[in-house]
Amino acid sequence: MDLSFSPEELAFRDEVRTFIAENYPPELRGKQDMGEELAKEDYLKWHRILYAKGWVAPSWPKEYGGPGWTATQRYIFSEELARADTVMILPFGINMVGPVIYTFGTLEQKARFLPRILSGEDWWCQGYSEPGAGSDLASLRTRAERVGDHYIVNGQKTWTTLAQHADWGFFLVRTDPTAKPQEGISFLLIDMKSPGITVRPIITLDGGHEVNEVWLENVKVPVENRVYEENKGWTCAKFLLAHERTGIAGVARSKRGIERLKEIARLEVDGDGRPLIANPFFRRKIVDLECDLTALEFTELRTLAGEAAGRGPGPESSLLKIKGTEIQQRITELVLEAAGHYAAPYFRAFPEGSNEYPIGPAYAHRAAPTYFNMRKTSIYGGSNEIQRNIIAKLVLGI
Amino acid sequence: MDFNFSETQTMLRESLARFLRERYDFDTRQKMLASPGGRDPAVWQAFAQELGILGAPFPEAMGGLGGGHVENMVIMEELGRAIAVEPYLDTCVVGGAALMRAGGAMAEALVPAIVRGEVIIGFAWAEPKSRWNPARIATRAVADGAGWRLDGHKSVVIAAPYATHLLVTARTSGEPGDAHGVSLFLIESSAPGVVRTDYPTVDGWMASEVRFDGLRVGPQALLEPEGEALPWVEELLDRAAAATCAEAAGAMRRLHELTLDYARQRVQFGQPIAKFQVIQHRLVDMLMEVEQAVSMTYQATLRLDLPAPERARAVSQAKAKIAKGARFLGQAAIQIHGGIGITQELAAGHYFKRLTMLESRYGDQDHHLARLEAQLLAEAA
Repeated sequence: MDLSFSPEELAFRDEVRTFIAENYPPELRGKQDMGEELAKEDYLKWHRILYAKGWVAPSWPKEYGGPGWTATQRYIFSEELARADTVMILPFGINMVGPVIYTFGTLEQKARFLPRILSGEDWWCQGYSEPGAGSDLASLRTRAERVGDHYIVNGQKTWTTLAQHADWGFFLVRTDPTAKPQEGISFLLIDMKSPGITVRPIITLDGGHEVNEVWLENVKVPVENRVYEENKGWTCAKFLLAHERTGIAGVARSKRGIERLKEIARLEVDGDGRPLIANPFFRRKIVDLECDLTALEFTELRTLAGEAAGRGPGPESSLLKIKGTEIQQRITELVLEAAGHYAAPYFRAFPEGSNEYPIGPAYAHRAAPTYFNMRKTSIYGGSNEIQRNIIAKLVLGI
Repeated sequence: MDFNFSETQTMLRESLARFLRERYDFDTRQKMLASPGGRDPAVWQAFAQELGILGAPFPEAMGGLGGGHVENMVIMEELGRAIAVEPYLDTCVVGGAALMRAGGAMAEALVPAIVRGEVIIGFAWAEPKSRWNPARIATRAVADGAGWRLDGHKSVVIAAPYATHLLVTARTSGEPGDAHGVSLFLIESSAPGVVRTDYPTVDGWMASEVRFDGLRVGPQALLEPEGEALPWVEELLDRAAAATCAEAAGAMRRLHELTLDYARQRVQFGQPIAKFQVIQHRLVDMLMEVEQAVSMTYQATLRLDLPAPERARAVSQAKAKIAKGARFLGQAAIQIHGGIGITQELAAGHYFKRLTMLESRYGDQDHHLARLEAQLLAEAA
């Protein structure tokens, strides 16, 4: 057992750090600092830079375009991205559908979709949840009927993140309504420009347009766009959820979040005039949170070590999801508390002709909206209660 | 970075685990506690002669196995699983380390004797008014010819009733709370002037109030430069806290298993209570505390040789987290056991009692969070 990095790993860290410093677009940094909402092109800009370097899909096998890194290198890479506070790589292509395609897809599907996921040419969205199928995902009712060499898809998906930008979506659809819920589902790749698809925005508590409803009316999908066997889509769905959950721990991002919290707590003062960070009640919340983050970090490192030893992400990833999202939410709670009075003013966008908000410190503007928005984390990707069910069943065997 | 145990470390764990399973089951343990002296000295002898684990952290030249912090962690986890009342932490993690650092003839004589099971050391650092602060001590040592004369009162010295030696902190100058003036001594328990009041603890150990009443010791008893022992004492306490984390992690893992087994067997409303979702989620929350306790134990143990601030941060984060987790897990375990959980009959209650004491041993949650806050303030200043 050893925590230290080898000289090669330290050199790798320096290489990553230097690359980010020299290549991260300054205009993105500016938008993030001012709390401005990011556009599609903003995400793609950084995606393309990492793609050109060959670093956009750290966990992909080399044969499909991954960099062939060790678990430690991947850990270092995500630490450095978080340290530099880069915009996140959108997970829908790289972390979700990509691994499903290279694990379960045909040669044609791999050749057709994987390069475009890597390059950022295709923006993906996830068609899982439905109005009547949230935690009980397997009760989904969107229907796909086989007609010759096509499926005809009808139904409604919801909570579809950033579908307004998407070129493609991966959808869970019911192909056998007579089978048991999990056994009649198939995994389809659907061109979002297909006739019959309507995307409608859902505005969340923070005022943002992040999620959507997606309506499918007689959408024609070629059979060759089905991944894996008909009625075996649940296998892909579960695989994807387990993959999604490991990244969801967000340790490096939370470290950065706590650093930002400390910066704010140095600037704000309490009622006795001392910096908030010196207030005995507030500082205790910070150090307590840091204990939990260290525990999560080392639990994730143990899980990664297990993966390196050949065990794929299993039910342990549910633990990382629960604890990771709790910590992310607590950070936003404390930033909200720290913002004090100036958590209240609300501006949907910068005033005409200005690139800053007119009232209060910049960090306070996003405090409450971010807090509201982050309530999603314990609900999405399988609610934290569902994660407990998974651990109870698969780890404890009860 | 590497989270794998070496082959030797795995063998060490397995041989100790087998021994404890076969010869230190719960009923055997309870019989030992009820016997005169509150323990079975043959177990310690078996640790030395059959298993050879008492030499785990010491160099081969001293008769040891040449291991270090990770070996200590492995042993403490297994002792925790069995809620064993064996003074490995006091003797090997703390006492032996103090001797190794001091070196000289005394170390060369006593460390091999520890490995052979002949020397047991109690750590007399706490006092009635010191709480968790090793500098807030009032025991005095004054120069007395070539040697020293000690007067004072040490609190709840674990294993002192059967220890051959005591590792003692005393003031050679300054006032309680001062960073300077703390000295470290190793004394023989049988020396005239050592007055012990022995008693059992709530979690099955034996301990003593130790009073020094004009105790005279020679110059060799002083282990560190006079008055400058505090940084080393703090390092020893961090090692002890990390070892306590390992013990707690082992005890938590076992108590969780016992509770899961019980929930599977206990039938109410016509089905095992493990079928109820409210119980399932509680058991999952307990499991998450177990896993985090193990993770925290690793990170603290692997950082014990870092510079003092980083070491202290790692240990305090671990101890604070585990203190909270152990309390949650222990209370939940008793709750799930129901009425039988609050009796002496099942092992679960005894794990709960041990974990309750481990919460505060070498600093409770408040103490360690306060230590972290002090670092936070220093960084912010």
